[in-house]
Amino acid sequence: MKETVGATGLILNEPLLWEKGKKGRCGYSLPRRDVESFLLDNELTGECPDFPDLSEVDVVRHYTRLSQWNFGVDTGMYPLGSCTMKYSPKTNERQAGLSGFAGAHPLLPTGLSQGTLKMMFELERYLTEITGMDATTLQPAAGAHGELTGMLIIHAYHKNRGAQRSKILVPDTAHGTNPATATLCGYRSVQVESNENGILSAKAVADLMDEDTAGIMLTNPNTLGLFEENIREISEIVHSKGGIVYCDGANLNAVMGIVKMGKIGVDVMHLNLHKTFSTPHGGGGPGSGPVCVKKHLEQFLPVPRIVEEKGNYAFSDNYPESIGKMQAFHGNIGVMIKAYSYIISMGPKDLKMASRLAVLNANYIKESLKDTLDLAYDRPCMHECVFSDEKQKDDHVTTLDMAKRLMDYGFHPPTVYFPLVVHGAIMVEPTETESKEDIDKFIEAFKAIADEARDAPDLLHNAPGKSKVRRLDEVSAARKPCLAG
Amino acid sequence: MKEISELNLPADLRYADDHEWARLEEDKVRVGLDDYAQDQLGDIVFVELPQAGDTFKKGEVFATVESVKAVSECYMPVGGKIVSVNNDLEESPELVNNSPYGDGWFVVINPSNPSEMDTLMTSEACLEKLKGTE
Repeated sequence: MKETVGATGLILNEPLLWEKGKKGRCGYSLPRRDVESFLLDNELTGECPDFPDLSEVDVVRHYTRLSQWNFGVDTGMYPLGSCTMKYSPKTNERQAGLSGFAGAHPLLPTGLSQGTLKMMFELERYLTEITGMDATTLQPAAGAHGELTGMLIIHAYHKNRGAQRSKILVPDTAHGTNPATATLCGYRSVQVESNENGILSAKAVADLMDEDTAGIMLTNPNTLGLFEENIREISEIVHSKGGIVYCDGANLNAVMGIVKMGKIGVDVMHLNLHKTFSTPHGGGGPGSGPVCVKKHLEQFLPVPRIVEEKGNYAFSDNYPESIGKMQAFHGNIGVMIKAYSYIISMGPKDLKMASRLAVLNANYIKESLKDTLDLAYDRPCMHECVFSDEKQKDDHVTTLDMAKRLMDYGFHPPTVYFPLVVHGAIMVEPTETESKEDIDKFIEAFKAIADEARDAPDLLHNAPGKSKVRRLDEVSAARKPCLAG
Repeated sequence: MKEISELNLPADLRYADDHEWARLEEDKVRVGLDDYAQDQLGDIVFVELPQAGDTFKKGEVFATVESVKAVSECYMPVGGKIVSVNNDLEESPELVNNSPYGDGWFVVINPSNPSEMDTLMTSEACLEKLKGTE
């Protein structure tokens, strides 16, 4: 392999702000006081918070140095499976920074926030159209919060019919948040095993679905990056027993505007704007997890809802069957503006094209690496593909070793050890962001790592060797966590 | 990870499909996680145990084990009442890795139907099954 992007640079150490500075140092000149000084009542005063005394350059260098330790999608390829770490276009930030949006307060009267309300109203409609559902709420603050909203809607639906149910079907490939959400809503999760092709069979669902089961919570495409081809039949089975089909939209990036979820039997789903719709993800959040429903569940959506009359927008609480509020205010507005900006700037054709390219990129990686790494399910994938460390077993090199070594080559590691149905899973999601040149470099890096596994396994056992810190002691961190610094 | 030939599956124990072991101690049954399971899970960082007095049927979830790789549930190898639990695992979950059949035991059960022990595998049967999955 020729030169890689991974290199050692001069990375500067940086202490905590409280260990920097000097008493009396100040980064700001206050204007001269032009009013009489006045003592506050004792009960209004107290000890000052413990802030360090720093100059402007102390602060700027501190955060600049910290940012240089970081790796983000602006730095390089971030193929974290099921997370859709796509590039966040800078125009999104610009729109969200417009003073009319950025300066709006959630308690402003609606007459003074028509622009923000119109944006939200239209975003709801765009998301409804992209998913092929009937109505959308933007309130949930992130994916798991969206799941909770969706599950509360299912709960409200059964309650409204006068017969609550006790179970939810959850496939063995599900994200851990799915059974957690079901449990939080008082349901017991019943695991459905995926078949030899990595997807659900209609029979497996039919065997478990009964009239005490509130519905099924599935992810489509699933976490193996495979499309649940039997979704229509599965939906019919669940519906015939009076159940609801919930779709976790974590992997919507494979099918934006292509699969009409409402038409294949999904009754309620959540989206992750911070995945599919290019808003910052992870530490750069916050997120946003809108929930889309079909007509028969619309009455249960959270309030207040945005309504439009003759071009005027207002909030309405007049939905007596609603599950209530899911947020103190109206959701993470800044994230919504960024997603709105993305949808508008892409347009319907390019949104579909983005999904197609995401799928093409994943299949290209799958085909290019399947002789190097064991491929769990050798069939066309959607936006991500799942390998394992099976081929490296005799070299005594694990998935974790290879993931750590990938850092030395300048790539963020993929998702590892998930989904649980694949031992030593390596789950790669390139997204549409990456060019062929960058994907080729990634493939080349993985091939070089597989060679090292055979010829110099200690390079992998001791990886990463170029990063600011070496391999972290995850075991001690988990067994004896020290959260206070 | 260990080769099948490196596994330690003592002959005086019985084994469940999900790799819990069970040892008859007079009229009680001591239960833990076998060498294969602890090896597959990797470094165990947390064990959630039931309380003494809880009753479970055979096959019901009685404990949860968390490793750096995954969270797994443990199923009762025989049904009965929990008479004692290994509280040392709370502070030192690594005992499961270091001593799966000794200090890393999970619970002691007062079995409601001691003949359920006969439904469990012997160490040879367990080893044969593992060879079959290779």
